[in-house]
Amino acid sequence: MLEIPVIRWGKPYESMEKTPVVHFETGEALANVNQANGGLIKMDMRKAAKAREILRQFTIEQLCEMCVKAADLYLNATLPLGNGTQNPQEFCRIQSATTGLPENMCAANMRKNAYVLQHMKEVLEALTRGLPFDILTNGYGMESRGIMVSYQAQTSVLGMVLPSNSPGVHTLWMPVIPLQIGLVLKPGSQELWTPYRMYEAFAQAGVPREVFCLYPGGFDCGGAVMETCERAMIFGGAQTIERYHGDPRVQAHGPGFSKILLGDDMVDDWEKYIDLMADSIFLNSGRSCISASGVWASRHTEAIADALAKRLGPIAPRPMNDPAASLAAFTVPGAAKAINAQIEELLKVPGVTEVSAKYRDGDRHIPHERYDFLRPTIVHCTSSEPAIANTEYMFPFASVVQCPQNEMIKKIGSTLVGTCLTKDPKWSRELVDATNIDRLNIGEVRTNQLHWMQPHEGNIIDFLFRARAFQNSPPPAH
Amino acid sequence: MSRISKSKAPWIIEKRCLADYHPTTTITCPPFASESPVVSNLSESVSSAKAKLDAHTVETVQWHFHPSTGSPFWLEKAKTYKFDPLTEVKCFDDLKKFPHFEDEWLRGGPISRWIPKGLAGKPAYVFETGGTTGIPKSRMVIEDHWIDYENFSDTLPDESFPRGSNWLMLGPSGPRRLRLAVEHLAQYRGGICFCVDLDPRWVVKLLKKGDVAGAKAYADHVIDQAVTILSAGHDIKCAFATPKLLEALALKLMDKGTSIEESGITGIFAGGTEFTPQWYRFCREELLGPNVYITPTYGNTLMGLACGKPFDPADNYKITYFAPQPRAVIETVEFNDYDQLVGYGKTGRVKLYTLTKELFIPGFMERDEGERELPHEKYPWDGISGTRPFHEFASTTTVGVY
Repeated sequence: MLEIPVIRWGKPYESMEKTPVVHFETGEALANVNQANGGLIKMDMRKAAKAREILRQFTIEQLCEMCVKAADLYLNATLPLGNGTQNPQEFCRIQSATTGLPENMCAANMRKNAYVLQHMKEVLEALTRGLPFDILTNGYGMESRGIMVSYQAQTSVLGMVLPSNSPGVHTLWMPVIPLQIGLVLKPGSQELWTPYRMYEAFAQAGVPREVFCLYPGGFDCGGAVMETCERAMIFGGAQTIERYHGDPRVQAHGPGFSKILLGDDMVDDWEKYIDLMADSIFLNSGRSCISASGVWASRHTEAIADALAKRLGPIAPRPMNDPAASLAAFTVPGAAKAINAQIEELLKVPGVTEVSAKYRDGDRHIPHERYDFLRPTIVHCTSSEPAIANTEYMFPFASVVQCPQNEMIKKIGSTLVGTCLTKDPKWSRELVDATNIDRLNIGEVRTNQLHWMQPHEGNIIDFLFRARAFQNSPPPAH
Repeated sequence: MSRISKSKAPWIIEKRCLADYHPTTTITCPPFASESPVVSNLSESVSSAKAKLDAHTVETVQWHFHPSTGSPFWLEKAKTYKFDPLTEVKCFDDLKKFPHFEDEWLRGGPISRWIPKGLAGKPAYVFETGGTTGIPKSRMVIEDHWIDYENFSDTLPDESFPRGSNWLMLGPSGPRRLRLAVEHLAQYRGGICFCVDLDPRWVVKLLKKGDVAGAKAYADHVIDQAVTILSAGHDIKCAFATPKLLEALALKLMDKGTSIEESGITGIFAGGTEFTPQWYRFCREELLGPNVYITPTYGNTLMGLACGKPFDPADNYKITYFAPQPRAVIETVEFNDYDQLVGYGKTGRVKLYTLTKELFIPGFMERDEGERELPHEKYPWDGISGTRPFHEFASTTTVGVY
């Protein structure tokens, strides 16, 4: 049996408590995972400052080169994993088996992670807006235009409390090591594969192991990471977002409520954009915060909903190793059933119609003994009032909402990715000014088509570093 | 009364004698296991302990159901039974004739319905569990908490818990038993107890409303008080702390460049389902170091205090608890049949029995589960290991708030 240790500043640690991670379909134990405890994390974090010290022995450029090497190792090599080894195919197989994500999607996530690593230098250049890297290393320095600037690291390590079921989020922490900041990862119980494989790839590419901690474990471990790391990211639901709202130490990532807005100037050509809409809703099994959960327009909404339903409604689950599999399974007992029941309840509201039902052979909810599927669902709302008009679920689900353009920005609420199909300069200006839209696409860009040179939910540079005043000579006389 | 003769605090003897109950009725309180001579033949010890338990059970039932000594609650309850406890309980296993004890019976008053007539007029305490919202469960106590902790005292090694040294009690007081019990333990061993309070109901409220920062600030406030006391030259060598508070205290002392050991503490006992094998190891190897003794305990207001099997490297930090028989009994029972013991090494739910003159509980389903363990030379009756929240409640139970 694969035995996976806790990693404490690069050193494997065998715990007295081990938890099996199981195949979601069969319940077969695939690995035994050593469990950390909160106190142990708090103890380790007393040495966190060392991580930055070690990483600053390398330049950011050198670390970016190591990222390129790590990308290749992560994508192609057979790497050690606990008491065994793992090749890329085995990685996809086991990730799929524990998260319920089809193997082809696991492979796609691998390629995405590797891409970000391969292009780390460009990513950092973009996120720092061309700041010379040694300013981040030294804390201050002269820009090419002769201005003294200072960026002070706010932490020696970044803590990450990672989700269980979403292998797509790991790109967020990849720039951290080349920014000379250590990594403290609390992997999700079903998706520890990416953190462990990435750790090994980084280490074999030359990054000292002593700058990594990996703490699989229970809730107290997440709490300890959040408490002791000066900067931390956490993934969770609306409640998690609310809990950490306004805490400068924490970046909380939760539901995205990403949407596609069709402007009045382009909505009559909606048929041209059906592929864009369907892919935004459906790719990665609709499991991402960047997956669209709403399509908003002032007219043609019934026709748009029908076209999307016709496209997505018939899609059914396939075996996880089928290259054409496109639906992920729900592996948490009762979750799919509860979501399905909630949808049924919300559908009872006047003005709400499920359009996909007529294109689906059977029920939305497909229960199995140990897991479930929810089949794609498209709902039409005659206004933005019903609760289901602005809802997000972990499967391909979208509401097509009829709403006048002049009310749209106000009514869409918080939106992580807004893809807006318009050429209207006035509305475009309003969209640019809308602070409830985080990532704005004006043009034919899928909501899930991220450019890695752009910041995601806040710039990680601003999160980890603070621009401040620094002078080593008096200012000019004035 | 061997427990008194072991005390190094003579004034306590006087107090205990004054508070002794019912001079005309003798309840035999068999010596706690550690006082028994070590019998090489474990099965003989087991048989002997079983016989003592049977006798103690009969005596306890007689007390609680006799019209002259029983409590209003049990005398009333007996009227609803289809059997007569006074004539039909002849051994411990006969307790299965009683329906399971419902802890809801402990909510609300009048509390006096629990006082056995035979103890009427004695000064009584009320200890509570739960109570964050709604009416807490209450238990009436006269001296059980003293007796429980005196018995527990006999299991503590003197070299780590030196007699005559002072104690720190870092945990909940208020309506809980802990403060008075630990304070009595300190006094019984000839020391004085310094107490730092923590209100778990407030912590649960903070956590339920998502105020993690508020809970942390409150924990810091508690720990700061403990650090101050330890630095005040009170010669504190022994401590009770909950695992979370002990951890926070140790880390705080490290931040100040010192440690639990350097503060003078040589012996600690802590308890609860958070005292896991991994935490035990972490404590011994990293948090406390090899020169500070720590021992796990398991218990609650209803049962008293179960002791941990003495540390043995061969156990690989497995924690096995033994109830203070015959005053209390722990069974590990099938999840689908609470009258059926699981096999040794198998997992089941914790069932508690309390058999003292003050309280009779014929089978209470605790909110924990664990594995049934074989009797030990020191404790020749069943033990339980791996105690953790009962899996059906685990997701809804807030554990380890203090």
